[in-house]
Amino acid sequence: MNTQIMDKQEIRSLELFAKKIRLNMIKSLFNLGFGHYGGSLSIVETLAVLYGKVMHIDPQNPNLVERDYFILSKGHAGPAYYAALALTGYFNLDRLYTLNQFGTKLPSHPDRRLTPGVDMTTGSLGQGISAACGVAKSFQMDRTKQYVYCIVGDGELNEGQCWEAFQFAAHNKLDHLIVFLDENKKQLDGPTHEVCQTYDYAEKLRAFGFDTQKVDGKSVEKIVMAVEEAKKTTGKPHIIILDTVKGQGFPYLEQKEDNHHVRPTENEKEIIRQFIEELEQKIGGDKDA
Amino acid sequence: MLKPAICEMRKVYVDTLIELAKRDKNIVVLEADLAGAIGTKRFGEIYPNQYINCGIMEANMVGVAAGLSLTGKHSFIHTFSSFAARRAFDQIFMSLAYAGLDAVMLGSDAGITSEHNGGTHMSFEDIGLMRMLPNCIVTEASDEVMLKKLLLKAYEKGGLWYIRTSRKKVPRIYDLDENFEIGTAKVVKDGNDVAILAYGISVADAYEGAMLLETEGIRAAVIDMFSIQPLDFQMILHYADKTGAIVTVENHQIAGGLGSATAEVLAENKKAVKFTRLGIKGRYGQTGTIDYLKKDYGIDKYSIADQVKKLLG
Repeated sequence: MNTQIMDKQEIRSLELFAKKIRLNMIKSLFNLGFGHYGGSLSIVETLAVLYGKVMHIDPQNPNLVERDYFILSKGHAGPAYYAALALTGYFNLDRLYTLNQFGTKLPSHPDRRLTPGVDMTTGSLGQGISAACGVAKSFQMDRTKQYVYCIVGDGELNEGQCWEAFQFAAHNKLDHLIVFLDENKKQLDGPTHEVCQTYDYAEKLRAFGFDTQKVDGKSVEKIVMAVEEAKKTTGKPHIIILDTVKGQGFPYLEQKEDNHHVRPTENEKEIIRQFIEELEQKIGGDKDA
Repeated sequence: MLKPAICEMRKVYVDTLIELAKRDKNIVVLEADLAGAIGTKRFGEIYPNQYINCGIMEANMVGVAAGLSLTGKHSFIHTFSSFAARRAFDQIFMSLAYAGLDAVMLGSDAGITSEHNGGTHMSFEDIGLMRMLPNCIVTEASDEVMLKKLLLKAYEKGGLWYIRTSRKKVPRIYDLDENFEIGTAKVVKDGNDVAILAYGISVADAYEGAMLLETEGIRAAVIDMFSIQPLDFQMILHYADKTGAIVTVENHQIAGGLGSATAEVLAENKKAVKFTRLGIKGRYGQTGTIDYLKKDYGIDKYSIADQVKKLLG
């Protein structure tokens, strides 16, 4: 595997971008007072890779015809998505403070009609991956070079529609579809293996006909390398299984058992406040939002 | 006057799609393993790059259509109406309607036209479900002329469409050059004593029922309410004033269907006319021939004529 895809400076730059996404996402949720912290935090590094390096996009022209598409099938992670979009330049960072407010352009779950840069409306789980298949099929029909990236959650894979979509993707040889499976090992009601036994995703998805990789979802470098590796394989859709932690990058939330949707207690508010300060110091005073 | 059908509704569907694909490479036809039932294999042979048989996965098919729409394709989705509206309703809701994306859904084997496939396949709920989606145009083709015109209109106008239909031959009501506007009902036969509002296969039965009534001196108007959403409420109000008696007939539950929609229009406009609703009344489907089922559910021409007379006293 090529380990020279990025130099150290670029890796550091992507790591910094991930920190900024994490900081701004937490600030927007903290301002709101409640929200989907856990599953938003676990995809931060992947979003940093997509919006910081991998995708061919133009924030000044969100509807650029030749762009790569991104579909967040696990729509409840919208807050992380919005922070990535704002930091990439799709809209002003101040808008993050309107998350879920009356009349907002940033609803809890992504809405393509409301938010610049959001390619597809998602929220009812299992549906975004099918739309991503449709986009990939369209690219295949038109023989374009574009890619569609899609993040699904491990809890989301309970939905039968995901497996319909996987069959469709493999049968149609959608090699410009790159799916990320955010294996953060928890869903709303508890550990995924307790709610519905997961078995081995890599084994299952290989059997479904996917080009399959499993990487450390906390490492921007590993994620970039996995995307580059995926693009070398033709004739198959790709899945990159991300070994992540629900609440990733925020030690207190990583440890908190029930961290899917959090409405912080007074004590937790203080912990979040301190974490925000720590992150701001690490970033070097660049507070952004 | 009713005329014999020239061809089956499914042939009209496929012929029209081929006609559209000739001029637009962005036309995409999607199936969920019912290509043999509707005839789109023929389309796939001519335009393999614009044809997707998804396999038996209606939910995914709707999502794929949404993805195609995101990239500027015009999707024509077909499955039986029971699977289209019932099985994939949340996908139609979120990935198409709520997301503001375009697609044309053909729901075939509407209601009793699924005949021997029986109650599991008999859609008496689809119109009710689809007309709750604010931006979905909901129609049923009453004959082959209308089906072709609706498909062409859907392509030209864009948006989200649900077109319900029989797959087979149905009596022809319209001349080949007839035109249809969404939101404008068609007066099939005028009359002053009562107005029978119907759509789909029930238009022909309403017409024949009206002809039976004519022999008894009752002049019934027959209105084709093919556009369930948007609904031609002006037409309903006009005939409520003109006749003072309204009868709805449908191959669908009266709850949620044209019966409900007409009741809403009459009530909201303070039209205290004589009013009755014919259709499926709180029952499920069953196996049978169309003639048997029409009679059993009380939507055949004799039942219609009897109910009109009962209403008029």
